[in-house]
Order: sequence, then structure tokens, then C-alpha cells
Amino acid sequence: MSEKKFSKKHEWVSLEGDVATVGITKHATELLGDIVFAEVPDAGKSVEKEGQAAVVESTKAASDVYSPISGEITEGNKAIVNDPSSINSDPEGASWFFKLKIKDKEELNSLMSKEEYDKFCKDNPN
Amino acid sequence: MEVQKTALYNIHKNLGAKFVPFAGYEMPIQYKDGIVKEHISTRTYAGFFDVSHMGQFFLEGDETLTEALEKIIPADLKSLKINHSKYSFLLNNDGGIIDDLIVTKTKKGFCIILNAACKENDIKQISKFLGNNHKHLLNNDLSLIALQGPKSVEILEKLIPGVSNLKFMTGNNFNYDSDNLYITRSGYTGEDGFEISISNKKVEKLINFLISNEVKPIGLGARDTLRLEAGLCLYGHDLNEKINPIEANLKWAIAKKRKDVGGFNGWDKIKNLLTNGSEKIRIGIKPEGKVIARENTKIFSTEDNEIGLVTSGTFGPSVNAPVAMGYVKSNFAKVGTPIKLEVRGKKYGGKVSELPFYKKSYVK
Repeated sequence: MSEKKFSKKHEWVSLEGDVATVGITKHATELLGDIVFAEVPDAGKSVEKEGQAAVVESTKAASDVYSPISGEITEGNKAIVNDPSSINSDPEGASWFFKLKIKDKEELNSLMSKEEYDKFCKDNPN
Repeated sequence: MEVQKTALYNIHKNLGAKFVPFAGYEMPIQYKDGIVKEHISTRTYAGFFDVSHMGQFFLEGDETLTEALEKIIPADLKSLKINHSKYSFLLNNDGGIIDDLIVTKTKKGFCIILNAACKENDIKQISKFLGNNHKHLLNNDLSLIALQGPKSVEILEKLIPGVSNLKFMTGNNFNYDSDNLYITRSGYTGEDGFEISISNKKVEKLINFLISNEVKPIGLGARDTLRLEAGLCLYGHDLNEKINPIEANLKWAIAKKRKDVGGFNGWDKIKNLLTNGSEKIRIGIKPEGKVIARENTKIFSTEDNEIGLVTSGTFGPSVNAPVAMGYVKSNFAKVGTPIKLEVRGKKYGGKVSELPFYKKSYVK
């Protein structure tokens, strides 16, 4: 898999061939608190870059999860739907949200590297 | 208005609190453990809550004070014994709930615990009925600490001998560190526990004792999940000025004598509703699966007719499922009635549920 890229809305994406895996960052889970609900898109659904693609809810509130890249969903992660608390324990690993076949690889260039994202979080703590 | 802080603000900060503005105060929503762990530790051990933002309103006067208060509070204050507490309301002329409260009879009069967001207006509304010979004080020199959970009694008894003799919804004065405390056995979590009224000067010492006994600090987040599992209303969400106690399914909180004789704001309306029933009523809701029906979620019948609205909804950590409360048309209020909940444009199944979702363990 490629190195992870990050969005300002706290999603991460990693690419393998033309299939991208998307999840939310550890920083996002820390802001959300205890996650108690997740909804992921079904295979076949088209998503736009920065378009709403999934939902995550903590004890506090519901948040939309956006796709950092355009494409067609190939799989939603049912494991996080069945056990939403797993998102808190491994957000950047096993608890990814969805995979999609990407439309335009160039879109990745507008996303941040790990270093850039860490700095972004530090500058925008909330 | 400037944001206010409670006497424990720095303690909260040191305990890793995340703060939110709440009713004009900077209050902890959660600490390092997070809402679910805080919730569970309250249910299985004990937790403390800084609720000093709530109003501690003291009234003094003769029997005319009792008569005055009974015009706006539908509790049987005349028969209330010293050191006994009742859950009740302030009612407007239409029977709508201005605030919900706990009123305790003291030697000189009454102490009323008011919601933080309502306290200033409450005092205005109460004052309309008071005479010149009635004294009243909103005491801002006192903190209010709730200690809740099954271990509360064992822990507090070590510090303040005698508290274990208190029965649910009674209180008394106690000595602590040459200071006078007023402690009631009550709370807002569905657990056994106490609410401790203590001077701002001594509160830090009390908290240090609780922390040394492994009592965890609990924020507003877990306070909300705990009270919702216990089926208790949150003013401004489940209750407001347009809702009366009959609709709120709280008629038990109106004293029998007062229901019959009246003499309080909104009695005509309430008497009528007691006989004929109300159009809508507060219910418990269990959504199917994991979907959370939050405040303002629309409620539909199985025939897709809109029948009501959710007023509180979250994930209940002890129930291990989503829980909610709301108002529906009264003919849909029977426990077990299937309903639909519209979340993000999609309709999900659910059922009218018994309240509380979580069984209480009060010491009576």
C-alpha cells in the first residue's frame, strides 16, 4: 500500500493499485470520543471528492465522513458497523470505513502528507 | 454575559477535563476516561459530579411562605416534613413547566435546587408570590457535589459518619472540617448516592478525599447518558414551558391532595387533563439495532403517519443499546407499540419502551 494521505476533514486514504482504502484519523477519534455507531456505503455507490460517504456517531454527536477522493465504492467495512467501538482502538488500521476504485489519481496530490497533517492538527486543535 | 466558573474549575482542568459552555458556565463535558468509562464507573463503583452551576435557593418565612410557594409548586409542601425532599416543578398559568426542581423542607423554610439555565427566571417567577416577610437567597458561596454509584455510601460514611442512615429523598446537616454541610440522599443517575452542599472553601478538600478513594470525576456527557437510562427528564429538552406534567408523564409528582384541591398555577388545565388524558405523552423509545435517534428525530407510525418527536436520545452504555425519550400522540404510547424513526432521511424501526431503561437501586 502507498503511504497514507490525509484530508482537512480528518480522513486518511491509502492506495493499492487503483483501489483506495479510507478511514478516519486517530486525531478524529480523539475529538469524537467513544464511538457507538457507524454507517458505511454499499458497494457500487459513486462518491465525489469531499462528498458525504459514511456516518460516525459518538456518545456526544453524529458526524459525516467524507470521501477524500472520487470513485466507486467496492466495499464498506461491516466489522466497524457491528462493533463501532473498534474504530476507537484501531482507526488507522483494521477499522477502515470503505474501499473505492478511484477515478482520478491526481486528486491525491491535494491531500496532506503525515507531517503536514500533524502540523494541521496542531494548528487547528478543534 | 461573562462565562462563569465553579470553585472546582482548576481541579477539573488538572483532571484533564474537556470544557463546554453550559448555561453560562464553563463545565466539564468529560475527562480523560471518556463518557462510556465514566458512565460505567458510576454504575459499578462511584463517580462525583460538580453540579455547582445549579441554583441553591433558600427561602425563609412562616406558614405564609408555604402558601405562597404552593401557588406555583404543585407539591404538598404543607405536609412536607423537615429534611424531606420532593421532585416537583414551577408551573405557569397554563400548567407548563417553567423548571423542574427538588424542594427540601428546612427548619426555617425551604431549599430548592434549580436548573442552572433557569435559575434567574425561576427566582423572578417565585418572587411574584412572595411577601415582604419572606427572605430568599440564591447562595453562590456553596458548591454542590453529587456522589453517585453503589460504593457512594461506604465511601462517604468514612468521611462523614451518619450519612448511611439517610433514606432516599431525605437530608440532614453534618459536620465536616468544622464546617456545616447539608447532604441529601438523591441524584440524577438511577444509582444510590448523595448530593452534598458544601462551602466553596471546603469543596476542594472533599474532592481530594473522593479522588483518594478512587471515585472518578464524571462530566456532563455521562451525566446525560446516566439520567437518560434512568428515564429522568432534562429540562430544555424533555421539558419546557409548553409541556405540562401530565404530558410529561410526571403526574405522580403532583401531590394527590393538590390534584384534588388545586390552588396552583394551571390547575384547571391539569385537572381537565387528569380526567380526559392529554393529546401527547412522553414515552421511552428503543430503536432497533444500533441507530441513534437523537433530539428532534421525527417519530412515525407503522403506517408512516408522523406521530411525534424525540426529545433526548443517545447510546446507553449500561443497556448497551441506543435509548431515547420523546413525545407521541397518546394512542401510540402503549409499551411495545412499534414505531418508525427518521434518521438522516431513512426510516428505522423502534418500539415504545418502559422507563427506566436501567433499573434503579435507591435505598428506601
